[in-house]
Amino acid sequence: MSSIGTGYDLSVTTFSPDGRVFQIEYAAKAVDNSGTVVGIKCKDGIVIGVEKLIASKMMLSGSNRRIHSVHRHAGMGVAGLAADGRQIVARAKSEAHNYESTYGEPIPIKELADRVASYVHLCTLYWWLRPFGSGVILGGYDRDGPQLYMVEPSGVSYRYFGAAIGKGRQAAKTEIEKLKLSELTCRQGVIEVAKIIYGVHDEAKDKTFELEMSWVCDESNRQHQKVPEALLEEAQAAAKAALEEMDAD
Amino acid sequence: MDRDATSDVNAPHSMGTTIIGVTYNGGVILGADSRTSTGLYVANRASDKITQLTDNVYICRSGSAADSQIVSDYVRYFLHQHTIQLGQPATVKVAANLVRLLAYNNKNSLQTGIIVGGWDKYEGGKIYGIPLGGTIVEQPFAIGGSGSSYLYGFFDQAWKDGMTREEAEQLVVKAVSLAIARDGASGGVVRTVTINSEGVTRNFYPGDTLPLWHDEVEAHGSLLDILNASNPEPMST
Repeated sequence: MSSIGTGYDLSVTTFSPDGRVFQIEYAAKAVDNSGTVVGIKCKDGIVIGVEKLIASKMMLSGSNRRIHSVHRHAGMGVAGLAADGRQIVARAKSEAHNYESTYGEPIPIKELADRVASYVHLCTLYWWLRPFGSGVILGGYDRDGPQLYMVEPSGVSYRYFGAAIGKGRQAAKTEIEKLKLSELTCRQGVIEVAKIIYGVHDEAKDKTFELEMSWVCDESNRQHQKVPEALLEEAQAAAKAALEEMDAD
Repeated sequence: MDRDATSDVNAPHSMGTTIIGVTYNGGVILGADSRTSTGLYVANRASDKITQLTDNVYICRSGSAADSQIVSDYVRYFLHQHTIQLGQPATVKVAANLVRLLAYNNKNSLQTGIIVGGWDKYEGGKIYGIPLGGTIVEQPFAIGGSGSSYLYGFFDQAWKDGMTREEAEQLVVKAVSLAIARDGASGGVVRTVTINSEGVTRNFYPGDTLPLWHDEVEAHGSLLDILNASNPEPMST
């Protein structure tokens, strides 16, 4: 539902006559145009995957990380403007640290998501601040089990079984809906996420991409970490094979 | 001479105190005596040293009455906000941590030893001892206050893991009454609070229901009992 907001889109503190804040919607477009980020909640944990579009062949592989650990038990995948995303991650780390210092326990994921969302929303309230041009998918494992949240530039935050943001989000969401998440382990989930990301990558429009994945599950001892090399390679191989199968049809 | 700290009724109130917290199979029991003293004067002989922080977390207070009350007021306030924010009851660990942050960061101004006890759905019944400097120690049982000096050996011998509720309650009442017998700054009645998955129960054991220990003399009622007796001669029993 794109429309031009001429006259009402110069400031984040201006509403349009039909009740929209265009600056926030424009911020969301920055997220929509970025590489896809996918997150799913399996029965024993969370898997996050990112389609890292490679801007230049000179970049070292493994650099420009898009998934960050916020605390031992939680991590977030970032889409949209990278620098904005870095700020959100920094804030999340700070909130998690402060919570633990005060309350003596790791921050519950719901609380972390609320705090990140409040912070992102804060930047949509003042004319002298611009909204964040990034959205995040937050996954973590606390004493209530694994949980997945998504925070958008508007400051909205919901809990999900599966979520996707960025270019290929529509296709990704369709694929996620086909999965029986409550029966998948994270090991299987990693393979599925890789397949989804390879599947939604548009060869024609975009250049090469690098797959970055992380998980937090029982197998990783409830710590947020990069998916182990061996499993990552297995996932990539399976994804490429699935693509060829599709092409062969 | 009459205005020194031992007999001035306006001197700072201190709870000499015996306080205890024990875990049992299913929850915790907190126990305390009821004497608040200002020097040698008993300012309150029926005080309640077991204070509520939330529906599922209580604390035993010892040391300076004012200091322990202020700390419990602050922590109750913080926990209330935390509960609203979280959308569910706070855990005992969080309550204990808030108490110890106050105790540690204000160690130069405060003089209070606290035992935090409660039940939550994640860890069950838990006891945390927070003595004078602001350390926090999670223990299967904790003792505190001036009367606790006389209970270390007793608990070494009498404590068992996995007691039933009745066993634990009897242990607590026995221990407090033993401390009351030897510690001049502890006395009055024994109060207990039991916290488990079903909720909270308060119990009260008046002085005359407590057992008499070695060399203790039976308590008498008031003078009215003597006057109403058939033989109204004082000192006849």
